[in-house]
Amino acid sequence: MFEHYLNIFITTVFIENIALSVFLGMCTFLAISKKIDAAIGLGIAVIVVCLITVPLNNLIFNHVLRDGALAWAGLPDTNLEFVELISYIGVIAAAVQILEMFLDKYVPALYNALGVFLPLITVNCAILGASLFMVEKDLMFGESVVYGLGAGFGWAMAIVILAGIREKLKYSDIPEGLKGLGATFIIVGLMSFGFMSFGGISL
Amino acid sequence: MNLNRYKEALFKPLIDENPITLQILGICSALAVTNNLTVTLVMCVALTSVCAFSNLFISLIRNHIPSSIRIIVQMTIIASLVIVVDELLKAYDYETSKKLSVFVGLIITNCIVMGRAEAFAMKEKPLLSFFDGLGNGLGYSVILIGVATIRELFGAGTLMGYEILPLVSNGGWYMANNLLLLPPSSFIIIGLFIWAIRSYKPSQVEEDDFALSKHQTSENLTKRELNV
Repeated sequence: MFEHYLNIFITTVFIENIALSVFLGMCTFLAISKKIDAAIGLGIAVIVVCLITVPLNNLIFNHVLRDGALAWAGLPDTNLEFVELISYIGVIAAAVQILEMFLDKYVPALYNALGVFLPLITVNCAILGASLFMVEKDLMFGESVVYGLGAGFGWAMAIVILAGIREKLKYSDIPEGLKGLGATFIIVGLMSFGFMSFGGISL
Repeated sequence: MNLNRYKEALFKPLIDENPITLQILGICSALAVTNNLTVTLVMCVALTSVCAFSNLFISLIRNHIPSSIRIIVQMTIIASLVIVVDELLKAYDYETSKKLSVFVGLIITNCIVMGRAEAFAMKEKPLLSFFDGLGNGLGYSVILIGVATIRELFGAGTLMGYEILPLVSNGGWYMANNLLLLPPSSFIIIGLFIWAIRSYKPSQVEEDDFALSKHQTSENLTKRELNV
């Protein structure tokens, strides 16, 4: 049992890394990776939001939206899968808004560091993507908790690695137009070529 | 009516304030859907229309949205528009809709739409917001079409499915560069696009955190000390 969960975790973190293999959540990934501190803060925020929303969406999908899931309410023929997107995004937006209020009150330093990008976690496609992949893989509740944790952790790891590289990069002499964003794009390209090497591993 | 402001809202995002190369918005789909020009064009049309109309509707009700729940309100509007686009696509172009798979759904979380709603439509008049959304959608399309053209032409020798460069495997002379069909290559192409745009518009070049001092040698050193 434990081994099964460990497999899901390792697969999500390395083989199907949500940032470097599936390319989700790229906007914040590129924009907030200048400093390691901010990257760690954002990484933790993503882990927390993923860990909350993926299992929540799993419950919603299995008990409300799925074809025939409303049998307990006496509606065995109802299929609500077409409102999937809007209900997931509702859950995510609510979770982010609560996290935002919480940080504003208790961790103002982090709140200021994340600035405008905290509301943008809602539109971090890594999080909606994780929920959609959870549905596609047809995970049970327990598995979805591990999957949410793994997806968030993989993304956080990738952004911290990128921030580390970018902190070293500022000492190098890069052509004018390539400074900053341009060089970052090329580094992420090389990093994801690197992560493709995990592709052949099967656990 | 100030026509200049409309013109500015429409054309500025094309190069001067391009959503992808300067504002860092909407990158995920730029990477995943650009290996085929047809799919890319459909995606561009879908995104541009969602972006323009979400800006319009959000701007219409901007004075009635309480700021503490604004994100959920915006998401609801955007998600409804995306569902409309998704259903339309399924009805009229099922093949492409299957190729785009989750990426139509992910327009909801495309930060161009959300970012413009938050940064522009919440403050400005409806029609102006509509043009801003249109302009940003077009700015996104310009980059995507550029990347897709390079990737499909040199990766597979075709454009929109028509053969342009005859492949060696079909008796032609062009050896396809399969590397370009892999998703990571679009990062590198966009990186080079940014380099090109910033060489043309040096004002977009990012400031260094600190300046590197130039390499200097003192005038009084002997040749021996200089190691020459």
